[in-house]
Amino acid sequence: MLRKSSTILALTLAAFAAGDAAAQEAIKIGVTQPLTGAVAASGNYVTNGARIAEEAINRQGGVLGRKIQLIIEDNKSNPKEAVATAEKLIVRDKVPVMMGAWSSTYTLAIMPKLIEYGVPMLVETSSSGKITTSGNPWIFRISPTSEMEAQVFGGKLDEFKPAIKKADFLAVNNDFGRGASDEFRKMLDGKKVTVGITEVMDPAATDLSAQLAKIKQSGGDTLFVTSGVEQITLVLKQAAEQRLAHRIITTGGSSSPDQLIAQAGAAANGSQHILFFAPWFPEMASNADVARAFVDEWKKKNYEFAGLTEGFRGWDGIHTIVEAIKIAGKAEPKAIQEALWKTKVKGVNGNIAFIKHGGPAGQESGQSVPNVYIVQIKDGKVAKP
Amino acid sequence: MDQFLQHIVNGTILGGTYALLGIGLTLIFGIMRVVNFTHGELYAFGAYMAYLLVQVLQVNFFLSLVLAAALGVALGALIEFVLLRRLRGADIDTVMLVMIGAGIALQNFWQLAFSGVAKSINHPFPNLPLVFGPVSVAPIRIFVIIVAIALLIGFYLLINRTRIGVAMRASFQDPDVAALMGVNIPLMRTLTFGLGSGLAAIAGALLGPIFVVTPTMGDLVALKAFAIVILGGLGNIVGATIGGFVLGIVEEFGAGYISSGYRDAMGFLLIIVVLAFKPQGLFAAKERIG
Repeated sequence: MLRKSSTILALTLAAFAAGDAAAQEAIKIGVTQPLTGAVAASGNYVTNGARIAEEAINRQGGVLGRKIQLIIEDNKSNPKEAVATAEKLIVRDKVPVMMGAWSSTYTLAIMPKLIEYGVPMLVETSSSGKITTSGNPWIFRISPTSEMEAQVFGGKLDEFKPAIKKADFLAVNNDFGRGASDEFRKMLDGKKVTVGITEVMDPAATDLSAQLAKIKQSGGDTLFVTSGVEQITLVLKQAAEQRLAHRIITTGGSSSPDQLIAQAGAAANGSQHILFFAPWFPEMASNADVARAFVDEWKKKNYEFAGLTEGFRGWDGIHTIVEAIKIAGKAEPKAIQEALWKTKVKGVNGNIAFIKHGGPAGQESGQSVPNVYIVQIKDGKVAKP
Repeated sequence: MDQFLQHIVNGTILGGTYALLGIGLTLIFGIMRVVNFTHGELYAFGAYMAYLLVQVLQVNFFLSLVLAAALGVALGALIEFVLLRRLRGADIDTVMLVMIGAGIALQNFWQLAFSGVAKSINHPFPNLPLVFGPVSVAPIRIFVIIVAIALLIGFYLLINRTRIGVAMRASFQDPDVAALMGVNIPLMRTLTFGLGSGLAAIAGALLGPIFVVTPTMGDLVALKAFAIVILGGLGNIVGATIGGFVLGIVEEFGAGYISSGYRDAMGFLLIIVVLAFKPQGLFAAKERIG
C-alpha cells in the first residue's frame, strides 16, 4: 500500500514537473469552439484553421523565441459548457489569451469571466452587436458585426436582379440570429424595402416546415436566413419540398457553400451567401498572397474544401494573437490586451486592426472592420453573383 | 386556408414519426417499466447505420433501412442482456442511473466514431415535391409516413393478437404465473427491449435522409418520446400512436399560428394540461391491482 501511494506521488510530481517544463517552452493560447453539438461543423473548421496557423507559426520559430501551443476545448454548442471551458482554460491551463467562442450566445456567456479574471479574448466568428457595445475591454473582434454586414449588403442592394422588394426572415433563436435579423430589417427599412415576417427556429430544430409554410404565405421575394450550415442545409431542403418561391440569402458567413452543395444537392441552387472569405476567388481577397498561403496549408492537411470559408477565422485569429504577443514582449494577459490595440495583421479576410467600439471611455472593446463578400450557388457550383 | 392545409399535412407527417418513437418507448418504459434513457441514442444509431450502409458501403437504400432496424434490435438486445439482466429486482433509481450512463456512453461513442460534423444520407426519391393544390409534400415524406403507419399497425397486432405478444405482456404483468405457463421470461425481456430499440433505430434511419445525422440528434427526440408516452398513457400502443400525432399537429399549429420560437414548448404545455385533468394520460390502460 505504501509503495503504491509513493508511486502515485512520484507520478504526480513528475506530471507537475513535466507541465512546468512545457510552460517554460511553449506559450499557451486557449481556444474554445463548438466541436460537437448543433454547430459542430463550423467549430471544427475554425479549429482546423487555428491548428494550421499554430504549425505555420512554430515552423517559423514561434514568437519571443518560444513555440506556441493551442489548448483546444470543446464548448459542445452550449453556452454553459462555453463558460466552463473558458474557466478551465484560464484557471487550470493559465492561458494568457483566448480565442472563441463561435456563437454570439457562447461568447456573451463567457464575457463576464474575462472581466473577472482579466484575460483578453479574440472573437473570431460571433456577430451580435452586444459583444462589443457592452463595455468589456477584454474583447477584440475580427469578425464583422451584423450591423456592418447589413451595411455592406445595403450598398450592394441595387446589384440584385430582380430587385428585392419584400423580404422575410428566418433566424436561429439566439443572439446571432435575432441580432442579424434586427440589423438587416433596420437596413432594409431605410432602403424602402418592405419587410414581411420574421420567423425563428430553435438552434437544435430539424423540422422547419411550420415556419416555411408561414413564410410561403407572406409572399415576399427574398428570405434572409441566419444560422449555421447544418440548419441552413435543412432550410434549403425543406424550402424546396414546400416549393418556396423566395430567393434565399444567408447571413453570418457560416454557410460553407460547398457543404450545402454536397448535402442539400439541387435544393442549394439559386441561394446566395454572405461570406468573409471566398476561397474560389482568392483574387478577390485584399491580401491575395496570404489567402493563397492559407489555402495551400489547408489543402496540404487534406481538410475539406468546404471548411475554408470558416477555417480562415481560426488562421486570422491565431495570427492576430501571436502578433499581439510579439508586440507585448511577454505572454501576460494585461500586456497582450494593451498590445492588441497596436496590432496590425495582414489576414486572409483583409487587414486586421482594432478600433474602439462601445464604451464608456477606457472600457471600450476592440472591433476590426472586415471585408464582406456575396457568392451564389449556380448549377451545383459556387459563382460570383 | 392554404396555409392551414399545409400545416395539417406537415403535422400529420411529423406526427407519424413521433408515433413510431412513442411506441418503441412505450414498449420499454410502459411494459418493462425501465426508464430508457438510451432511446434517443438508438434513434441516432439507426441514422448512423443508415449513413454507413448507404453512403459508405453503397448498400441499397431500402435494404439499408431493414438492416439498420435489425442492427437496432441487436444493439437493444445487447443492452438488455449486458446491463438490464443483471439489474432484475434492483430499484428504479439504480436502473435509471445505469441507463443514463449507457446513454452518455453511446452518444460519446457516436461522436468518436463519426465526428461531430453532420452527415447527410442520399435517398432514391425525387427531390421535386408532389403538389396537391395548395399543398406540397416531398415523396420521401410520404414514404416515411406509409412505413410508419405500417409499423404502427404491425406492432399493434403483434402485441395484442399474437402468442408472443401475450407472452410479452404476461412476462411483465405477472412474471411468476407467466413462468409457470412456460414463458421464457429472460428471453421475453430481451426481445421486448430489442423490439422497442429497433423501432427507435428505424425511426432514425427513416428521418436521417430527411434531416441531417449528428451525434446529439437523439436528445430532443428522446424528450419528445417520453412526452408522447406520458400523453398516451404508459404501455398503451394506441395511446402512444395518437399521442404522437397529437404532438406533431400541436407543434405544427403552435409554430404556425402562435410563435415559432415556442414550437418545442407547445408539446410540453399540452402535457401539463393533459396531466392536470387526466393524470393517467389520455388513454390510460386500466391497471390491474394486486
